Amino acid sequence: MRDVSIIGVGQTEVGEHWDISLRHLGLGAVRAAMADAGVTHVDALYVGNMLSGEIAGQEHLGALIADFSGLRGIEAMKVEAACASGAAAFRVAYLSVSSGVADIVIALGIEKMTDEWGSDVTAALALAADGEYEAFLGVSFVGINALLMRRYMHEYNVRHIDFAPFSITAHENAMNNPYARFHMPVTRDRFERARMIVDPVNLLDSSPVADGAAAVVLASTDVAKTLSAAPVRIVASAVGTDALAVHDRRDPLVLDGAVISTCRAYEQAGIGPEDIDLFELHDAFGIIAALSLEAAGFAEKGRGVRLAMDGKIGITGEIPISTMGGLKARGHPIGATGIYQIVEVVQQLRGLAGKNQIPNARLGMAQNIGGSGATVITHILEAPE
Amino acid sequence: MPTPLYWQSRASRYNLVGEICESCGAKLFPPRDICPECEVPAKTPFTFSGRGEVYSYATAYHSPTSFKKYVPYVVALVKLEEGPLITAQLTDVDPEEVKIGLPVEMVTRKIQETGDAGIIIYGYKFRPVLLAQSSPR
Repeated sequence: MRDVSIIGVGQTEVGEHWDISLRHLGLGAVRAAMADAGVTHVDALYVGNMLSGEIAGQEHLGALIADFSGLRGIEAMKVEAACASGAAAFRVAYLSVSSGVADIVIALGIEKMTDEWGSDVTAALALAADGEYEAFLGVSFVGINALLMRRYMHEYNVRHIDFAPFSITAHENAMNNPYARFHMPVTRDRFERARMIVDPVNLLDSSPVADGAAAVVLASTDVAKTLSAAPVRIVASAVGTDALAVHDRRDPLVLDGAVISTCRAYEQAGIGPEDIDLFELHDAFGIIAALSLEAAGFAEKGRGVRLAMDGKIGITGEIPISTMGGLKARGHPIGATGIYQIVEVVQQLRGLAGKNQIPNARLGMAQNIGGSGATVITHILEAPE
Repeated sequence: MPTPLYWQSRASRYNLVGEICESCGAKLFPPRDICPECEVPAKTPFTFSGRGEVYSYATAYHSPTSFKKYVPYVVALVKLEEGPLITAQLTDVDPEEVKIGLPVEMVTRKIQETGDAGIIIYGYKFRPVLLAQSSPR
């Protein structure tokens, strides 16, 4: 296995891109990442996407976006793992370079969701769950997270308002991210009064539907050193899985897939949670942020929400999360999210995170979750020397 | 849902037929043919009683397109008395009265319609256990 580094990143604003098509959104991110890396050619393109078939009536994104990005002829394919599609594409790109098959590869994450009506997007998102035994019965993806949140509140004696710090922190951090979907602060009062979607999950517990595309250029570390003054090394890349349906899990309040994925990642990097300087976690819902913090070893079982309540997740906290807004406020363009997370960790490790910079950030972790925990992909990146 | 997919699973949808693992005795629903604990084949049919209690619940005010006309409705994870959890809608209940631990039982109800020319799909929902009637005076 060869050592692999990141030499370029590119992102488009997360928002409502009604004026441009999927392919144009994608090529924008691809060209931005290539420009940042200073390369004009790559060996392969892997596209992370979940819903292009459902929403845009378009599959086969690998060849399509390669062609429209001026890369006709290269190896290209789409990678799908529900909401973890972005990290899955990054993982495939990593494997391609570390195996020695390719030297320079692009991972693109892309999703276009706002071209479709809300309830049709809700139906499409339910495809991440167990179709026959969850979605078919009328349980939406928000509904599954609401079931987890209610049980968590019951077992650990946590109130709904106790989840507010996840939303408040994410929105606060997004204020300084020009690519974020939202630039509006959330207060406890607003959080408490937000409209219920599936009780107990309200609008401000949930990450927003959005369009977005982000891309990353990877190269073998030997090649990277000849191309970049400050390559960011990938020191861990790990995937863990669990049952798709919550009812099939060992314990619904433990993300076993995340435990497996993070343990493997820590082992590869030879570190533990205490060494991580920032954690871009999958805060699609407050409950998932809490369960992720617990699975990754930052909080004991049932204590993830307390970590947020105690002010430990902010930029200056013990374990800063969602440093550029997270899924909650940067936005959650499903298949693109995993790549936005990587881009943001790279920004932090390069010292280019502006007002949200974590001082002396050396190790950053990104974790992308598919469904409500069935695919969990963790990457740990190391700052340039 | 394509009609054949619905038809394939009719035994579990109408009668809560799952499976039992002959090796460890675990009761499995929905049927999966391989025990997730022992990782050995588990294809012996087992019919669940349909009794259980609410493990968690949530009230949907926003839903996928095909369930829009039913909102608000209550979804739940029900812990069946034989062990497994099952995801289902609750019915015949005021959302305000649902609590974790509420005893429930399975009933067969309409789940969704598949358009004017499509089939009407039935399946399991759960309702609060009706209190045993007191003996007639």
